[in-house]
Amino acid sequence: MENLLQREHEIIKVCLLAGQIMLQSGAETYRVEDTMVRIAASFGALHTHSYMTPTGIIFSMEDPQPITRLIRISDRTTNLYKIEQVNMVSRSISTGKLSIAEAKAALEEIEKHDTIYPLWLKVMMAAIASGCFLIMFKGIWADFIPAMIAGGVGFYSSVFLHRVVPVKFFSEFTGALMIGLCSILMVIYGFGGNLDIIIISSVMPLVPGLLITNAIRDLMAGHLVSGLSKGAEAFITSFAIGAGIAFMLSFY
Amino acid sequence: MYIQQIVTSFVASAAFGMIFNAPRKALLQCGFAGMVGWILYIWLQEMQVVRITATVVAAFIVTMVSHIFAKKYRTPIIVFSVSGIIPLVPGGLAYDAMRKAVQNQYDQAVQLGAEAFMISGAIALGLLLAEVTNQITRKIARPRKPEKEQ
Repeated sequence: MENLLQREHEIIKVCLLAGQIMLQSGAETYRVEDTMVRIAASFGALHTHSYMTPTGIIFSMEDPQPITRLIRISDRTTNLYKIEQVNMVSRSISTGKLSIAEAKAALEEIEKHDTIYPLWLKVMMAAIASGCFLIMFKGIWADFIPAMIAGGVGFYSSVFLHRVVPVKFFSEFTGALMIGLCSILMVIYGFGGNLDIIIISSVMPLVPGLLITNAIRDLMAGHLVSGLSKGAEAFITSFAIGAGIAFMLSFY
Repeated sequence: MYIQQIVTSFVASAAFGMIFNAPRKALLQCGFAGMVGWILYIWLQEMQVVRITATVVAAFIVTMVSHIFAKKYRTPIIVFSVSGIIPLVPGGLAYDAMRKAVQNQYDQAVQLGAEAFMISGAIALGLLLAEVTNQITRKIARPRKPEKEQ
């Protein structure tokens, strides 16, 4: 009995760790729940329940003794790599390739592994994406560089501020503010042409695309609480961006 | 005209994949999904299709393409679909709405905001339709043994 209880605790730990990594990386709620229940089932625990909102996970297992544990999620980012890695671990668990201890070690390894691309590369990619969006939104090639500069500066300042002040609203607001400032300065000094298109395309890297998509998928899958709260998060982010831009435009 | 749209939409979607930390081997597929959706979207717009309908169709195709990739590479579908959806997000309309609001033209701001909201809904509808189509085809293909979620 002691051993069984010990085992149950270990299984719960593995499930919660997998769920925590996935939720923090921005996976859809139904996928996280599905993965957790699946992992538990592969270890032989069939009667499990998981409930989650974007800010926490409750996981309970009934056999051999009812145990319920709660984990709090405070920080959420987008990290598709971690989602993919956890998915792979979950796959090998369900084919029986990993033991409980091995699975735990693999998940801890994933959790430590932070990002596969360095920050400068991401900033550069944000800049390039902004430039490309300018062309996609029917801008002219002369505005390509201004959009790149504004997009890169905006993305960097939002990432940088998020490290200093962990309030998401504020970092996104400042990112949008910097984009507005850069674009207006460049247009005033004749470096950039069309202010509207430059701002729209350089704001794109800050747009909460993943949140919007996930909110809808969660709602459709019946996870009403998660769907609505993710929708609220998306709305707040859009509002922060809009407010930052509007603030700058009111001076122009 | 089309060539520069193809190149830029591919690069932009792949770059978004990198911002979202997509695995290296998935980046090309991210770019491809985004490119297909965007080209379809601008082509439909040139065909005088209403913007909302064009968005629904493009979002549908992006999700279908992502689903095919997800099955082929045994990766969560979200890895491919997120960067493909980004170009369709009505950033321009939302910006215009904000701009009008700043200029105290609230009537136009509300109008533009409503349109942006409808287009977000259209993206949702496209996603939903693709998901339902996938589930139906899966059920028809294997009526007894439901396949594992990709």
